Amino acid sequence: MAATRGCLLVGGLLAASGAGAVDLPEDRADALLHVYNGGGVRAVGPALLVRKRIADRFSLTGTYYLDAVSNASIDVVTTASKYSETRHEFGLSGDYVYRDSQITLGATTSREPDYTATAGTVNLTQEVFGGMTTVSLGFTRGVDDVGKKDSPEFSDKAKHWQYRLGVSQILTPRWIMSANFEAIADSGYLGSPYRVARVFGAAVPERHPRTRSARAAKLRLIGDLGSRDAVHAGYRYFRDTWEIKAHTAEVGYSRYFGDPFLADTFLRYYTQKGALFYSDNAQSETLYVSRNRQLSTFSSVGLGAKLAWTARKVPDKYEVKLNGAYELVRFNYKDFTDIRNGKKYAFNASVVQLSVSATF
Amino acid sequence: MTAHRRLVAPLLAVSLLLLGGCAIKPIQPWVKPYERERLADPIMKFTRNGLAEKHSEHVRDVREGARGATGVQGGGCGCN
Repeated sequence: MAATRGCLLVGGLLAASGAGAVDLPEDRADALLHVYNGGGVRAVGPALLVRKRIADRFSLTGTYYLDAVSNASIDVVTTASKYSETRHEFGLSGDYVYRDSQITLGATTSREPDYTATAGTVNLTQEVFGGMTTVSLGFTRGVDDVGKKDSPEFSDKAKHWQYRLGVSQILTPRWIMSANFEAIADSGYLGSPYRVARVFGAAVPERHPRTRSARAAKLRLIGDLGSRDAVHAGYRYFRDTWEIKAHTAEVGYSRYFGDPFLADTFLRYYTQKGALFYSDNAQSETLYVSRNRQLSTFSSVGLGAKLAWTARKVPDKYEVKLNGAYELVRFNYKDFTDIRNGKKYAFNASVVQLSVSATF
Repeated sequence: MTAHRRLVAPLLAVSLLLLGGCAIKPIQPWVKPYERERLADPIMKFTRNGLAEKHSEHVRDVREGARGATGVQGGGCGCN
């Protein structure tokens, strides 16, 4: 009997889902100019996205993303010389909807002179419980070819597996929450053939484990405050088998100004404990050693703002928006020494995004 | 004995939960479609500008040790 009732509970969730059908994502075209500037690195480029319905239940999306990187970061200027390179990323995906489900199949390829990454993705979302709950499942499989400039004898691979589970839940007529979980597994060459570690003050090539397994969980909440404004908050916990533990907290506020302007402000705090084999200057010989700042103990604070302007809107036909975003991020490293002055390393970075988007 | 008690307590809790299920009706959606007007506004979306969000995630992925569970599809490479 209890089992029957239990089935009814679950059955109630599923049966209530038959009322409607999900819509295909709207047709759209986006053009973005992005600029990252900080710590001696400048990355600039355009990004494009076009999505078009090509059948009643099927649409195709194409993306292009370019990063023109000029790198004079502390790692580069203290061990090598400044360089520039360009990364091109192409993506193609298809969305298919059937009743309350949407299936997305996609592939991306990213190319740099010494690094090629290819990935395939499948995502499934299902509305249940009368449209109050959306469940999503996803899987991504990636393979990278790692090379080294002017060293044709160096060639290695990295493989990646990502498994995702998400739930979005309407709580009240004004509040929505979501919970996302992701398990990630990597194997192969997971370091950089250029970067060096320090052991007894001497530079040696970094040595990373060839496997890594990670778990991440994120909770988000967004609420309508009633005066054409909203507040949102999020928290993510991450840990992996390299003993990195990280916490990310975000809060933000959004508000309309008149009909055409929508403004956002947000604050993001990130902190992590470094990897087990990370060392600023190792005082013993170990199997694995790294001085990659990304794996060190550090924290960052980001403060940002966004503004969207609906420049033209013809209801049920098309809409054109201009978007601008700026974020200032402060990085503070707790165990990475700037060997140029002997102080703990810290820097500010700025992220600028300017885009035009049209839905039709 | 202590270990036995540790097992009994959760079993008792699960049994009570299942028995309780006999007395309740299936849960029904409590926010009706006509009550979701505010939720349909773009201001209530977790991700409004996918291309820009993807860029933000990429900037963070190549500088932070943590990644994943963001709800945003990112590209995988160790550049930038």
